[in-house]
Formats: sequence, C-alpha cells, structure tokens
Amino acid sequence: MSVPYAKLPAWAEYGLIPLVNLAVAFLISGLVVLIVGESPLEAAYHMINGAFGRGEYIGFTLYYTTTFIFTGLAVAVAFHAGLFNIGGEGQAYVGGIGVALACLALDRTLPWYLVFPIAIVGAAFFGALWAMIPGWLQAKRGSHIVITTIMFNFIAASLMNYLLNKVFKPLGSMSLETRTFDAGGQLPKLDWLMSIFGLSVGNAPFNISFLLALVAAFGVWVLIWRTKLGYEMRTMGHSPAAARYAGIKEAKIIVITMMISGGLAGMMALNPIMGEQFRMQLEFVQGAGFVGIAVALMGRSHPAGIIPAALLFGMLYQGGAEISFEMPSISRDMIVIIQGLVILFAGALEHMFRPAITRLVIGLSPKARDVAATKGA
Amino acid sequence: MDFFQVFIELAQSTVRVSTPLILAALAGLFTERAGVFDIGLEGKMLGAAFAAGCVAYITQSVYMGLLAAIVVSVLLSLVHGYASITQRGSQIVSGVAINFVVAGSTVILGEAWFKQGGRTPALSEDGRFGTIHLPFADALRDVPILGPIYSGLLSGHSPLTYLAFLMVPASWWILYRTRFGLRLRAVGENPGAVDTAGISVIWLRYRAVICCGILCGIAGAYLSLSAGAGFTKGMTAGKGYIALAALIFAKWRPKNILFACLLFGFLDAFAIRYQGFAFPLIGKVPVQLMQALPYILTVILLAGFIGKAIPPKAGGVPYVKER
Amino acid sequence: MSELAIELKGIDKSFGLVHANRNINLKVRKGTIHGIIGENGAGKSTLMSILYGFYQADHGDILINGQKVNIRDPNAAIAAGIGMVHQHFMLVENFTVLENIMLGAEESQILNAGITKARAELKRLEKEYALEVDPDAVIEELPVGIQQRVEILKALYRKADILILDEPTGVLTPAEADHLFRILGQLKDQGKTVLLITHKLREIMAITDEVSVMRRGEMVATRTTSETSVEELAELMVGRRVLLRVEKGEAKPADVKLSVKNLTVRDSRGVTMVDDVSFDLRAGEIVGIAGVAGNGQSELLEAISGIRRAKSGMVLLNGRPVDVTGNADPAELRKCGLAHVPEDRHHVGLVLKFEESENAILGYHDDPKYRKGFTLDIDAIRAEAEEKIAAYDIRPPNPRLKTANFSGGNQQKIVLAREMERNPDVLIIGQPTRGVDVGAIEFIHRRIIEMRDQGKAVLLVSVELDEIRALSDRILVMFAGRVVGERAPDATEGELGLLMAGVEGPKEAAE
Repeated sequence: MSVPYAKLPAWAEYGLIPLVNLAVAFLISGLVVLIVGESPLEAAYHMINGAFGRGEYIGFTLYYTTTFIFTGLAVAVAFHAGLFNIGGEGQAYVGGIGVALACLALDRTLPWYLVFPIAIVGAAFFGALWAMIPGWLQAKRGSHIVITTIMFNFIAASLMNYLLNKVFKPLGSMSLETRTFDAGGQLPKLDWLMSIFGLSVGNAPFNISFLLALVAAFGVWVLIWRTKLGYEMRTMGHSPAAARYAGIKEAKIIVITMMISGGLAGMMALNPIMGEQFRMQLEFVQGAGFVGIAVALMGRSHPAGIIPAALLFGMLYQGGAEISFEMPSISRDMIVIIQGLVILFAGALEHMFRPAITRLVIGLSPKARDVAATKGA
Repeated sequence: MDFFQVFIELAQSTVRVSTPLILAALAGLFTERAGVFDIGLEGKMLGAAFAAGCVAYITQSVYMGLLAAIVVSVLLSLVHGYASITQRGSQIVSGVAINFVVAGSTVILGEAWFKQGGRTPALSEDGRFGTIHLPFADALRDVPILGPIYSGLLSGHSPLTYLAFLMVPASWWILYRTRFGLRLRAVGENPGAVDTAGISVIWLRYRAVICCGILCGIAGAYLSLSAGAGFTKGMTAGKGYIALAALIFAKWRPKNILFACLLFGFLDAFAIRYQGFAFPLIGKVPVQLMQALPYILTVILLAGFIGKAIPPKAGGVPYVKER
Repeated sequence: MSELAIELKGIDKSFGLVHANRNINLKVRKGTIHGIIGENGAGKSTLMSILYGFYQADHGDILINGQKVNIRDPNAAIAAGIGMVHQHFMLVENFTVLENIMLGAEESQILNAGITKARAELKRLEKEYALEVDPDAVIEELPVGIQQRVEILKALYRKADILILDEPTGVLTPAEADHLFRILGQLKDQGKTVLLITHKLREIMAITDEVSVMRRGEMVATRTTSETSVEELAELMVGRRVLLRVEKGEAKPADVKLSVKNLTVRDSRGVTMVDDVSFDLRAGEIVGIAGVAGNGQSELLEAISGIRRAKSGMVLLNGRPVDVTGNADPAELRKCGLAHVPEDRHHVGLVLKFEESENAILGYHDDPKYRKGFTLDIDAIRAEAEEKIAAYDIRPPNPRLKTANFSGGNQQKIVLAREMERNPDVLIIGQPTRGVDVGAIEFIHRRIIEMRDQGKAVLLVSVELDEIRALSDRILVMFAGRVVGERAPDATEGELGLLMAGVEGPKEAAE
C-alpha cells in the first residue's frame, strides 16, 4: 500500500541496488566505447591505472575527490530537507569570490594557515548567500527551488564573468583571472600524507582542503543525525505534516538548509583556487556542481556513501584524463556520459531493478522472506 | 534612416536567435502542459543538432538530417517518458541526466566518427537549409520603410524559421481546438479527471512527450543545418534553459511564448551586436547583465513580483491511482 | 419494478493484508435511490471503485441489467451506463463547464463540431433535469454545489442510467444538499437508478428507497427505508463490538484547563468545518467528542493544537489565551502543557522512516535534556526511549528500529508514550485506537483513565461510539461542525446516534 515494495535487508538496499544501478551505467558506457571502436576492457584498464597507478595519479584522483565531496555534500544536505538544489554549480562559482578576496587581500601579509580559515569563511559566506536567495524565494514566495537554482547558475556565470572582467583582472592582463597569489594564498600539498603510504604526490595538486572536505563530511553527518537542526530538516524532508505538528518552522528550515548547502558548495572553490591554480580563473568550477548531484544520488545522501561516490568520480575524472591520453578517440567527455548515466540509473530509474532484485533476494534468503511476510503489503 | 537600418538589422537577428527558442519552448509547452516537467530541453536539442549534422553530412540531404534530428530527440524524450511516466522517477533528475548523457556523447561520437575536435564536418549547401526569399523581395527592396521590412526582415530566413513562427498558432490550435489538446491540458491539471473519463493517462502523457521530442528535434536541426553549417561542440550553449525560462515567463501559453522568446532573443542579439552600447540616461550596460537578464526576469516572475506564473497543477507528479 | 439495475455476487477484494470487501452481495432495483451506508473504512468506496472499473475484484460477478459484465476500466463502466460523482470532484478546475463535460466524450478529433453538439445536448439536459449551469463558466469560479452539478451532468451526458454518488453532501451546505436531493428525486422520476454512498443517516432516511449497510468490508443488511429506523441503521452500522469494560472510578473535575469559545474553522476551500463551538475542559475529566467522521472533529483538534489556523474564536489554555486565529505555535503550546495525539499517526504523529527513539522526541526535540553541547544527546534519547518502551510494553523493544516496522498498535503506543509521559495539563487525543489490535486497545484505554485520575484534562475524539461511551465523563456530539448536544456517558446508543445523525440536535430540530 503505502510501501510499494517489500522491504529489503540493508545490504541489498544500500549495497546491492546502488551497485546494480552503477553496473548498468558502466555497461552502457562500455557500449559507447565499443561504438567508438575501442575496447571497453582496455579503457577500464587505463582508467584504473590512470587513477591509481602512481602516487601522482592517486594525488590527482584525490584532488578531484575533494571537490566532489564538497558539492556532493551540498546536494545531500538539501535532499534531507526535501529540497533539490541544482544550483551547486553557481554557488561554488560565487563562493570563489570569498576565496579570491581573502587571498588577494592577505596573501602577502599572512601565512597560509591564517589566510585559509578566512578563505573558508569567505567561500562559505558567498556560497550561502547565493543559495539563500532561492531558498528565501521558495520559503516566502513559493518559487520552485529547482527552477530558481537553475536560473541562479546562469546569473552566477554572468556575474562572475563581469567581476573577473571588471574587478578581479589585473590591469593590462588579457586573460580573465586574478593575479597569482603569493605564498599566503597557496595551500600546502599533502605529500606527508602520501609518503606515509610510500607514495609521492608529484605534481598532483592534492592539498590540505582534502582534510577540510573530510571534516565537512563528518560535520554534515553530525549536523544531519546529531543536531536538533538536522532532526528538524529530516522531519521536514520526510513529512511536512509531521513537521508542522512538531512546531518546526518550515520557512526558517528551508532558508537555513539552503544556506548550509550553498556554503558547502562554496567551499569547493578553495580546492582549485587555493590548492591548484593559486588564482581564480574563469569557469573554474567546470561542472563540479552538477557532479555533486550524481555523487549525492550515488551515495544515498549519507557522508559515508558520498565519500566513496566522490572517490569514484575522482577516479573517473583522473582516469578519464589518462584514457584520453592513451586512447585519443575517448576524450574526458566520456565522464560526462557516465555521470549522466549514473544520475539516470541511480536517480530517476532507481526503482527499475528493485522488483527483480526484491524477488531474487527474498527468494534466496528465508530470513528476508519472513520479514517481508510479517510486514505485509 | 540610419536608426531604421539598425532596427531592421537588429530585428532580423532577433528573429534568427529566437527561432530555436520558440521551437524548444513550444516543445516544453506540450510536455509541461501534460504534467511532465522537462529540464532536458537543452540535451534533446543538442542531441538533435548533432544527429542532424552527422546525417546531413553523410547523406548530403538536409531532410534526412532533419529527420535524424527528430528521431534522436524523440528517442531521448521517450527515455525521459519511461523514467518519469512509467517508472515514476523524479522528472528533474531524469532531465538532468539526459542533458549530461547527450553533452558527453555528442562529443565522444563526433570525435570518433569525424575527428574534428567534436565538430561534424562543414556542410555544403545541399546539406543545409537555404533561405526562402519571399516573392518580389528584391524588387521591393527600395520602397521606403516597407521595403526593408519586407525584404530585410520578413524575407530571407530559413524555412525552419518560418516553421517556428507558424508553430505558435499551430500549437495554440492543437492545444485549444483539438480533442488531443483538450485531453493534454486536462491531464496536466487533473489526471484523475482524465482517468475517470476513460482515457489512458499514461498513453496521453507519452504522446505529449513525443510532441516535445519532435519540436526539440526541429530546434536542434535549425542550429546545425540553418544557423550553422554543421554541429559544433556544446552548440546549444544554454538555449534549452533560456527556452525553459521563456516557457515559464510565458506562463505556459503559446502566444506569450512567442513574445517571451522574441524578448529573450532580442536581449541576446542586442548583447552580441552592441557590446558597450551606451544607453541614454543609463549609460553603458555590461554585456553580462544583458545575458543574465532573461534569467533574472524569470526569477522575478517566479517570485510573483510581476504577475504570477502558475504551473500546470499536476506538473512534476507521477500519476498514481489513489485508493 | 422488480427488475435489477445492478446485481453484485460475491465481490471480494483485498489490498495486501487488508480485506476491503468480503463476499459482497447487493441487489439494486431499477429506478430507485439505493443508499449504501457505513462508517469510514467500511469498504463502501472500494466497492464503488470496483463498480466503476478503478479496481478489479479478486472474485465475484457484476451484473448490469441482468447481463454479466466485465468492468476492466472506467471506459467499460461508462459503456455499461454507469456514471460516478466522486467525493473529490474529478474536474479540471481551469476548464469551462463545457470542456469538462466534453472531456473523454468529444466525438471528433477537432473540437468545434463537438462543441456545438455538446452545447445543444447540455441545454436539453438542463431542461430535462432542471440542472442550470452556465456552460462557459470556469469551474474554479463556481461554488461547490454547482461543481457537483457539473459532475452529474458529465455522467448524464455520457448517457448514464446508473448514477453513483460518493459522499456527495460532504462539501455542501444544507441548502445545497437539499437541492441535490431534489435533483436526485427528479433523476429517479426519469427512470435513472441512483446509488448514494454516505455515512449520514439523515440523508438515507430523507431520500432513499432502500438502504444497504456495510460494516468492516461486509454487507451486513439491506432494508426498505420506510420500514427501518435511524436507531436500527445506527446499530447495524456500528455493530455490537466486544469491548472490554474499562474500570473507572468517579471523576473529580477541578479547575478549567482548556476553554474553547466560539471557535470557527474553515478548510482550504473555505467550507466551514467547525462552526461556533464552545466548551470547557476541566482537570480530572475526560470529555469525549462523538460524531460521524467528517463533522469537524479533526479540524477542531487541529485548531486547538495550533496546526490549523482558526477563522475566529478564542482558546484559553490554563487561562492564557492561545493565538488560534494567528500564529499559534504547536511547539509553544507544548511548553504550556498541551499534549496532542493526532488522528493520523502515519503522516502527522510519526515520521515512519525515523527510528523509534527519534519519534519518541518529535515535537519535544527542543528540550534541553536531549542536548549535549551543540548536538543531540543520542544516548539520553535512546535511554529514555527504552524506558518508555518498557513502560508501554512497545514491541519489539528496540529504540533503533524504523518506526514503519512496528505494528499499528505499537506505533500508537509510541505516540501515546511521548505525549503522556510529559506530564501535560491538557491531553487531546484523536482516534486513540484506530487500526490498533484488541490487546493494545485495552492498554490504551487504561492509560487514558489513569491520566484523568492523575488530574489531567483529557479531550477525546473518536468515531467509535463505544469508546467514547466507555471512557468519557461527558459527551459532546458534533454534527456539521456544531456541538449539537451534551450527554452523560450513560446516554443510550440510540440517543447519541440520533444526535450524531443530526436528527435531534436542538438547532436541527428548529429547522
């Protein structure tokens, strides 16, 4: 009745079903590789090798992972309150303002470890600001948050283009970027972390914001499952009627949730700006905000799922670069396909294989069968 | 006369830029009025543009190109339909997914097949839509005022442009004057009413989604066979989203769509042609603001500050027979 | 006259474990108005949905005009001459009357030809049945009574000979309802057969020729209306339930804890659901509100507990005014000593996807005792949940189990434990034992009495008359949004039944 499918044991619910969905996404991607006239197995080999074959590769993989943890968490936080924030891309982009301002102002006077916290606050502040407006419009004016956040992505693109052109670009420079930061605006690499495992980070921009991402993931877990605010967010996400009954203020939660979501997306900007390029460039987000949707869906909106999902996409991005090097007919756009397929199968079609899997699991395991029977319909 | 000349030029490029917007927004009109939200207009248009570019190049036939565009776009629509109608998945998520799959695969396949950096080879005249010159366009060119309007603005466009503008009253007629249109609008408002009247909600919504595919296909074909001479990577460049914004801005009505698309097209045409133009009183308006204006206007509308855009009531919700 | 329009033989339908219809047999004579009466959840709507092709019966036959028919979908029902007026109108609100009537019966691909014909046909129907409506009016601008008329016209336009009306008067004013009854009478005179689904006895007595009573998925009796009485029908509807007597001492009412004054509540459509209701609730007493479901009890509870905004009136909690017409805040009311067990525990009282312990603090999650620094003190929450689990014998005794995995009775105990253990001054309870197994019922009843004996003021709403009679110290009867009478708990079932049916209310009698 209200539960359309029999309940599955946790290992099937959180393990098997996502894996099957992922496998189908990869299978179809393999087909694309075949159509292109290359061997999917070889592509897979280059992918894995390119992502994990050397310390430097791993460093790159983890660099991308860092970015995707932030954007994945951003989408997930909003999901918990029943909100779909498609605006991570724009929020991350605008978050860059905070990082750039902090670095440009302080990089010549303060050491990185003092600039970093200020940049974190700046990134989160601007990201939150950019998400707050759609949140407020949803809460107070009933504007559909999906549409407004899409619109805000485009508005952010124009805004940043303007700011880079008119505000951030040094005089006389041709390219749309800030000046390169001095030492205070450069985050240290995590070579010590890699060397524990006997690996060298090489040229990879694997930097300290990875640790911040892990802290953020833990923070999100605490927020969602261990704080009053998280409790109220989840109540609203599951049942708005119950939230009203419990005296939870809907408008307030929407705005705060969106601000946290936007703040997390904004913090993504730290990684490329302070960790890799040491300057803010045009379009530095490069679709990471959208990858966050795939990561959140894949990771079931739980930090423990988001980190491996982000790692998976980090692997795809880094390994994809390697594939395109070894197999020129497969460019990094292959990842965009895989990303789309993951969103399709883990998101929109998440129930497609469920009936079959349910039959299989319940057929195989007598214990699961009992659970299903006592639960009824 | 100088100002008039500027006006004609601007109006003409507005018409060109608006053509794909009108087609895509009408495409969105059909599915969204049937209660299936679609943020995948961008992807469908892009896939169609790519298919058109490939097939027109291989067959050297512009019509085969158009057909291929429509077929690909309809297939993508059916994926969206399967996910959101049959599997009752999230319509938003499905639309996002389709946009990505297409964005990636057009580049990969284009590069694999043609090795031109994600482009399809430049099309010859046969592979493109020519322009239609209205009768006496040349003869009337020198008639003051009416001449330039007739010869410069009304004449000399792609057949798809004329089709797009014709599709506006045609869509209105289909939606408001046919049985299909009546049922389609009904299913987007109250699928229960349709179901109890003995009409299949699912089949009706699939048909709406197919209409969307056809129109998106034509929009895509326009990009690679008329506006351009072949497909280039990411050539929709957000037009699908502008069309979506126009659809909302038009409050889901065909006539308004025409004006919204012309307005957004004008902003775009103006921004391209007159970067750094100084307005009287306001002064220079940054080109970025012009580009963002369609989105800003749509947000303001959505917030209910200028009228209220009320989406179809059953939009975004999969139909489940209530018990 | 003995020809049958509808005959149902052995209709059976289950949804999972819920047996909605059991071996239903029914004969409806042609050209009559046949009532089907029963409480909410008795299976009336399911049966009608089967007749209209929305669901297929698991077993059984449907005969229309003596012919066995297979009604697979609404199309087949329409073809068999069945029309249905749904409880929630199946109208497209931004369409005109004409468009709604044509929908699905347009006759041609292009509307124009059909429109002319439909307009003419509509004129004819209007005349024949005295059902005036403006064909070009937009539905959402019409009053509900007229909207309903459009639904009837829709069925007639499709040449329906059998008309099913599902709870048609629920949204109507008494005047509109009377008008509807005149229309139905006219339809009968024209030879149509009308099937009227309702839980209102007054309507059955006023208009039907025959009446069939459903109870818990079964068809328990069919009577000729003129030969039966409201008392008999009420008894058939409710049935004699085996209820364990509740041991209960004398009530010792003390101070007024909750005072409701002239409270009026409207629903989202603007229909008045609670109409000028006033009463006092004292410490140490249980006041039961009896009434057939849908007579404003739900809205009354929601307004008092701050979930629904009232139109006008006043509520005093512990002598302090509650801003029920403005921004009454459920969280604030809890702090002032109000506890609320809502009627709908699945969507309101509980979050089914939460762990048991998470639901055990819903609404009280703000309490500092659940906090440790910036975070919730999960250990304290679980420990307290375990105490309540033990005290209320909630099974399985696992505070980390998802709430959806508990049975109905245990879910209700989770809510009760949460609301009762807070030592509130006022406890308002809606449908305490709906969907609860017998063992848990007794337990819940005992707890409610205990609360009273501890000096709490208890307001109890239930559609189970036996429950109201067993627990209450005073009984208020609600009908059509008004309190139509107050009785002592030893009032007879028949007396209360008449009040609930709106037959003998003081204001009703004056009409």
